[in-house]
Amino acid sequence: MSANPAPAPARMAPPAEPGAGQRAAAALPTILSSIGAVALALAAGAVIILLSGQNPVTAYAALFEGAFGGVKPLTETLVAATPLIFGGLAFAVAAQAGLFNIGIEGQLVLGGLAAGIVGALPLGLPAILHLPLALLAAVAAGGLWGFLPGFLKAKTGAHEVITTIMLNYLAFRLSTILISMDGLLPVKPDLQATMPVQPEARLPKLIPETRLNAGFLLALVAAAVIWWLLYRTTFGYRLRTVGISRGAAAYAGISWGATIILAMTLSGILAGLGGAADTLGLQGRYYNVQAGYGFTSIAVGLVGRNNPFGVVAAALLFGALSAGATKMQNTAGASKDLVSVLLGLVILSVSAFAVLDEFRKRRKQAAAAQSVTVTRDRAEEDASGPDDTHFQPL
Amino acid sequence: MTDPAPTAAQPNPATAPYAIEMRGIVKRFPGVVANDGIDLLVRKGEVHALLGENGAGKSTLMNILFGLYHPDEGEIRVGGQQVRFSGPREAVEHGLGMVHQHFMLIPRFTVTENVIMGSEGPGLTIDRKAAAAKVAEIAQRYGLAVDPEARVGDLPVGVQQRVEILRALYQGGQTLILDEPTALLTPQEVEDLYAILERLRAGGGTIVFITHKLREVAAISDRVTVIRRGRTVGVRETRDTTPEELAELMVGREVDLKVVRPEAHPTGPALVADRITVTGGQGQQAVRELSLTVRHGEIVGICGVEGNGQAELVEALAGLRKPESGSITLDGTAIAGRNPDDIRQAGLSYIPEDRHGRGLVLPFSLTENVLLGNIGHEPFSTGGRIDYAATERLTAELMETFDVRAPSPETPVGALSGGNQQKLIIARELHRQPKVILAVQPTRGLDVGAIEFVHRQLVAERDRGKGVLLISFDLDEIMDLSDRILVIFGGRIVGEFPGGAVSRTDLGLLMGGKTA
Repeated sequence: MSANPAPAPARMAPPAEPGAGQRAAAALPTILSSIGAVALALAAGAVIILLSGQNPVTAYAALFEGAFGGVKPLTETLVAATPLIFGGLAFAVAAQAGLFNIGIEGQLVLGGLAAGIVGALPLGLPAILHLPLALLAAVAAGGLWGFLPGFLKAKTGAHEVITTIMLNYLAFRLSTILISMDGLLPVKPDLQATMPVQPEARLPKLIPETRLNAGFLLALVAAAVIWWLLYRTTFGYRLRTVGISRGAAAYAGISWGATIILAMTLSGILAGLGGAADTLGLQGRYYNVQAGYGFTSIAVGLVGRNNPFGVVAAALLFGALSAGATKMQNTAGASKDLVSVLLGLVILSVSAFAVLDEFRKRRKQAAAAQSVTVTRDRAEEDASGPDDTHFQPL
Repeated sequence: MTDPAPTAAQPNPATAPYAIEMRGIVKRFPGVVANDGIDLLVRKGEVHALLGENGAGKSTLMNILFGLYHPDEGEIRVGGQQVRFSGPREAVEHGLGMVHQHFMLIPRFTVTENVIMGSEGPGLTIDRKAAAAKVAEIAQRYGLAVDPEARVGDLPVGVQQRVEILRALYQGGQTLILDEPTALLTPQEVEDLYAILERLRAGGGTIVFITHKLREVAAISDRVTVIRRGRTVGVRETRDTTPEELAELMVGREVDLKVVRPEAHPTGPALVADRITVTGGQGQQAVRELSLTVRHGEIVGICGVEGNGQAELVEALAGLRKPESGSITLDGTAIAGRNPDDIRQAGLSYIPEDRHGRGLVLPFSLTENVLLGNIGHEPFSTGGRIDYAATERLTAELMETFDVRAPSPETPVGALSGGNQQKLIIARELHRQPKVILAVQPTRGLDVGAIEFVHRQLVAERDRGKGVLLISFDLDEIMDLSDRILVIFGGRIVGEFPGGAVSRTDLGLLMGGKTA
């Protein structure tokens, strides 16, 4: 017989994706794939522009010009990215805990409103107190709107998608009611806005003659803090564990309910800060109109793969597209709706690439362990079968 | 090779034609060669065991045989005729039948409805009477006692398997391939299955029996093909080989099949459950007034058929489910109804039955998985900050000590083999220096080498004075490891035996609810 005295079989997995320690660096392939996805979307967009009778080269040149062509366009990109960074972070935090926060829009509205009201109050405080107070008001309002669906889910099992959608409507109506309560609050009902924010509560401008303000810096700080929270603290560890495997969380003694309440609250806080950045930084007062940042934020979170730095990159991309849109419309005569189409294509393409990546990764892992199942339904406790995947066509 | 099971080795003339010939089969996947030149030659009328560890390439080979994959190289003949199937249906038309490990049955359908599924014919109506008669006739011929009108969902697992076999026969299968057919069966059901296979062989049928259990090879097969890492490493007449030789072929090195287990020297009680009652997920009383004691320095094994309260008992002990009544103490500390984290701190380590759904977070790195259950405690974290550097150092140490093979502590555990995943869990749980180890199905789905490792670790822990409670559906494992054996049935302990002084039959009867 061929008694093959082979050394102990070292069944090594391929050096797949590294863990927390190198996560930031390991985002590179993800970023490359995202760039590929964007290129694909722009190519598809070119066809549509062509079909609508425009010249795609002119249109894209204008888009690029409007987003990157000089200090002013660049700052406009950053300005447009600011609320999206906050919103994308809000989505990412909830998603990492396994939750789908559709309520970002409502949380953003209330955060902006609370910041606007507190910021407009003639308190006579110095900036070092008034600005934090206004931000705190946004944190409280957004946080409450995040806490509620988290609490309802933990206590009653009510699905957060349903409750956050309903809380969105509540937030919009609440905003309309409060904005009409002049005499009681510093609001101007005929403008559908609050009074202008006191100078002491404004987020200062970073570059004169532009709209770029400290809100953008605040967003970057928030991204760094959220990354640290998620990947360096026990809280983040619990949050991510709950998001991936409720069974493993229970096994470790991690409270699912407490964790998702905290995650949703944090998500709401981030969205609220996004609203505050808009009110205190960009507009100077709160306007009772829905900017739709909350819904774009979902896309930002998805495109950024729920990683804080990915979210920043995705928000910058979306910011650039939206800043470039105006220019494209004005000079190339392309419809602004085309940009919406482009954004849609980007989301579609990036999502498709993400699914492909995941699929490839799984295949590689499956092959490496020679058909060890890694994608078993984790909720199901199938305490009987061994690990082989049997007769599954790939 | 001797075994009590029916091995009426009816010698196959070496000249018998081949039912299946697979020669030089090569199948590559990106980055890995799953089959690297496998030969499998199955003679007509024999029971042929295909033996190999998880991941050796058995599944891929059978997927190729049934046309789900196409081989990159190699030749397949069925009944002497060269074939290249484009799917399972063609394989069935050539007389092959597959009995899956996880049955492909519809629980709400009757036996007959399940059997004729896939061969209903082209018309709109089904001649139920004729079908039922044919099913009954086949069942009769091979002693497959089943009621054709029974709903499959109401049948015990062993009988459901007969329905799978019936279906393969009904579809005209002359060569049956059984994939790990004993995984879900009680010892008695296994004996019944062997008897059925004997009759099939006597009736001229050919059987391929896929397994990684040596005992089964000895019990039922005429010949055995051993594959390791995608290659055929040996073909033996079963009666001319030994379990030791087969194990060595399968693993590639010498393996201690028998657990070396010196006499136990138990001392005081470590884990005591006193008349605990636990309600299960469906509101049923899953554990009823159950009492048990595990002493320091002994391994207590609980055997039983799945679904007799083991899961709920484990959950109550680990703090995942609150017992209705009764008390649980760990070295004198009351732990009933406490949080899993508190219980773990009190000295219980828990090796869960479900590696993927409970014991590990698959996308997390090895380091992050070492944190699981340790989070919030020194030295893993201080003041809410995780000390990744220290945890990573510890992980590297554990990988070394427990021979966990992975490229680095940063690798996601989802990329590891089942054996390495289990080693990581065991490393984490034993590192904590527990007083009691709760090991549930600790070798499920592992291969021989890894099983040996796990068993050694448990015995070593026992010898260090730890109490070990082992819960397993694998009777061999219970009998090999336990200093005392408890039998659970219907949520109660219905029998207790000193280890090594009880027969499989006695245990099997008690497990089935009968008194010995």
